[in-house]
Amino acid sequence: MTQPERDDCERLVDAVRQAHAHRQALAITGSGSKSFLLPKQQDTGVRLLSVAEHTGVVQYQPDELVLTARAGTPLRELQQVVGRHQQMLPFDPPMFAGGGTLGGALASGLSGPGRPWWGSVRDCVLGVELVNGLGEQLTFGGQVMKNVAGYDLSRLQVGAFGTLGVIMTASIRLLPQPVAERTCALELSAADGLRLVRDFARRPLPISATCFEGGLLRVRLSGVEAAVLSACEEIGGEIVERDRYWQQLRDHELPAFRNGTDLWRWSLPPGADSPVDGAVIEWAGALRWVVGADADGIALAKRAGGNAAPFSAGFAQLTAAGMPAAMRRYHQRLKAAFDPENILNPGLVDVHAH
Amino acid sequence: MSRAKALKQLRAALTPRAVITEPSALKPYETDGLTAIRELPWAVALPETENQVREVLRICAKHDVPVVARGAGTGLSGGARPVADGLVLGLSRLDRILEIDLDNCVARLQPGVRNLAISEAVAEHGLYYAPDPSSQIACSIGGNVAENSGGVHCLKYGLTVHNVVGLKVLTIEGEELVIGGKALDSPGYDLLALMSGSEGMLGVIIEVTVKLLPIPPEKRVLLAAFADLDSAADTVSQIIAQGLVPAGLEMMDRLAIQAAEDFVHAGYPREAEAILLCEVDGTRTEVEASVALVTRVANEFGAFAVRLAINSEEQANLWRGRKAAFPAMGRLAPDYYCMDGTIPRSQLSKVLKEIGKLSEHYGLAVANVFHAGDGNLHPLILYDASVSGEVAAAEEMGGKILELCVAVGGTVTGEHGVGVEKLDQMCVQFSQAELSQFFKVKACFDPHEMLNPGKAIPTLARCSEVGGMHVHGGRVPFPNLERF
Repeated sequence: MTQPERDDCERLVDAVRQAHAHRQALAITGSGSKSFLLPKQQDTGVRLLSVAEHTGVVQYQPDELVLTARAGTPLRELQQVVGRHQQMLPFDPPMFAGGGTLGGALASGLSGPGRPWWGSVRDCVLGVELVNGLGEQLTFGGQVMKNVAGYDLSRLQVGAFGTLGVIMTASIRLLPQPVAERTCALELSAADGLRLVRDFARRPLPISATCFEGGLLRVRLSGVEAAVLSACEEIGGEIVERDRYWQQLRDHELPAFRNGTDLWRWSLPPGADSPVDGAVIEWAGALRWVVGADADGIALAKRAGGNAAPFSAGFAQLTAAGMPAAMRRYHQRLKAAFDPENILNPGLVDVHAH
Repeated sequence: MSRAKALKQLRAALTPRAVITEPSALKPYETDGLTAIRELPWAVALPETENQVREVLRICAKHDVPVVARGAGTGLSGGARPVADGLVLGLSRLDRILEIDLDNCVARLQPGVRNLAISEAVAEHGLYYAPDPSSQIACSIGGNVAENSGGVHCLKYGLTVHNVVGLKVLTIEGEELVIGGKALDSPGYDLLALMSGSEGMLGVIIEVTVKLLPIPPEKRVLLAAFADLDSAADTVSQIIAQGLVPAGLEMMDRLAIQAAEDFVHAGYPREAEAILLCEVDGTRTEVEASVALVTRVANEFGAFAVRLAINSEEQANLWRGRKAAFPAMGRLAPDYYCMDGTIPRSQLSKVLKEIGKLSEHYGLAVANVFHAGDGNLHPLILYDASVSGEVAAAEEMGGKILELCVAVGGTVTGEHGVGVEKLDQMCVQFSQAELSQFFKVKACFDPHEMLNPGKAIPTLARCSEVGGMHVHGGRVPFPNLERF
């Protein structure tokens, strides 16, 4: 299962340098597990740059709660490595079809069900080594929890889908695995479920995930045994130990996600009322998955103070319509500051002024 | 001529009293918390509304007046120190709490709202704002964002960047950027991360939305005393390896303990070489389990005393010494210079030994206080500015300590920022290409270097000179750096 450790740095840096010299567009890939989020129409003449062979844990000392690994390292392997020391990747990244690499998790910025309590991918990034569009190898951040030297260009890479640099190595913050875990399931309406999680957010409960789906609110509790059990009593409902549900939710293996491509991701203020029926609602209300949203979805989400996007082909495109003109301009400049020839995943960021 | 026009326009845009130019009235603005470095600004503007801020920036951009944004002026690295001929944009009058949104557990704030005022305003709802820099009584949220401030509790609750969900920023080009909001993510690049800790170089923060957390129902503070530093350091590692992330985990060395004891009589054991202060929080069952774990580990690693503070009075008493550590230095020496390096925790004992050697070499005493949980070290170099050569020696020694932090895999600043203070050490931490990348990012937002010019990122020319000065054992810090 464990992949061989391999330092592919030299080849990757050289490939970007060559591409820069020849203005050759590159499409950066890892394991390909999130390729369904790329635009359908790929630019012709784009060369594939695979980071998947750049693998291995570079440094891991459990009592530092920090792991440094090469970007191509499979997430599954990292979970095993830190799991042996009862630690975990706090951002619990999705592993669609079981795949995914560290680099891909950072580039996409997608976090799992525990995100509001344990932090997002970006929250857990401490440092990144990258290659910018000039083929320069740069290191920002580091391997320490606190670091304010220079602009935070490492966290800027998270969610940038590789358009600002090829992520080569990343240092991430880990957390100890909670000793105990239980899931309480309560039968409720969506409105009551939202009201209840809103109320939970103001109480010191050891909640680590919530999800409302099909008339059932599930609440995951994590921590020391006694605290988890007393919270179970407080919340009530049917109680399950180590529910596999959360992994299935994270990796979109639930039946609700199997309706093909018409899945929308709504990111809303957690307390927003439910603007649509039938959503799968996690993150205490802040993340809602909607199947087959109508065209009004974008406007509805915006009115509620958030945003909505189809979680399918094109999700990885960064400067879609709807961004204010000034914001778009700063995005274009940032792109040019890292990648003046527009060779890194050029299809994912719209560099032309509208 | 242009300056006279600018002044006239500023006075028209604000009230005349809100624009200061008389040297005596400018004096309080000549420095921030890094008082060793001073500079009188050309003028100070104290707007009271967002629109006035917008006008000030427009006027300054038009007349080429550099702008230094300032919050409460408590920063420790000179980030808000004026630049000559520049304007200080004081934001402390924008101090309104705009909204407390209990449904979303967030508060929307103007930049001048004091850090502690946030927690005070939401306490009645059982909520608080987690980051608590030591200056929290005075420092303001806008400055916290600009510096990405930390504090005693960031091991468990994160830095400012982890607790802010939205920003409104004005650029020097007159654009207003709404970044993030009450949702947990938004499309596009993570400008929230980029703005946090950017030291007022990219834009002026005019609104901040912060996350509010439920106040933990129970808290305990433990003190463990050790006869040697290594045992204290091993205890820290073991507590974390055992799966506990304490709310706070602080360490003080002998000199810091003595100074604090003399100053506030917190009851620290004077015979200790090191003490650990550990705060745990959560439900009653959680804190009881945590207290048992910390006590067991400390005893295993040879603590000769472990004390537990249960009620808030006892807890405040244990914290008192740590909180007074900086002012307590005043009793040992007329001046001290506070460093802010962060190191991997495993390197602590090595770094402290090296600092001891430097202390001997320079003949200057060093007291160490340490956010032990997250590796953030604050060596306090004691000196006397009235003794010829001691200022220079303290500065040189401070630089060496920061270089040491970088050499063991750490950073020159964990929470205080670069400002004007650590520009030279930035040359040690970053390569020429990395510094260039910083400049290119700066140029995206502020192409004419109008905002806080000369701060945070050293020029390549400056680094070239510094590189010539600091040569260790014949090794040049950056063999690849161009010399010019």
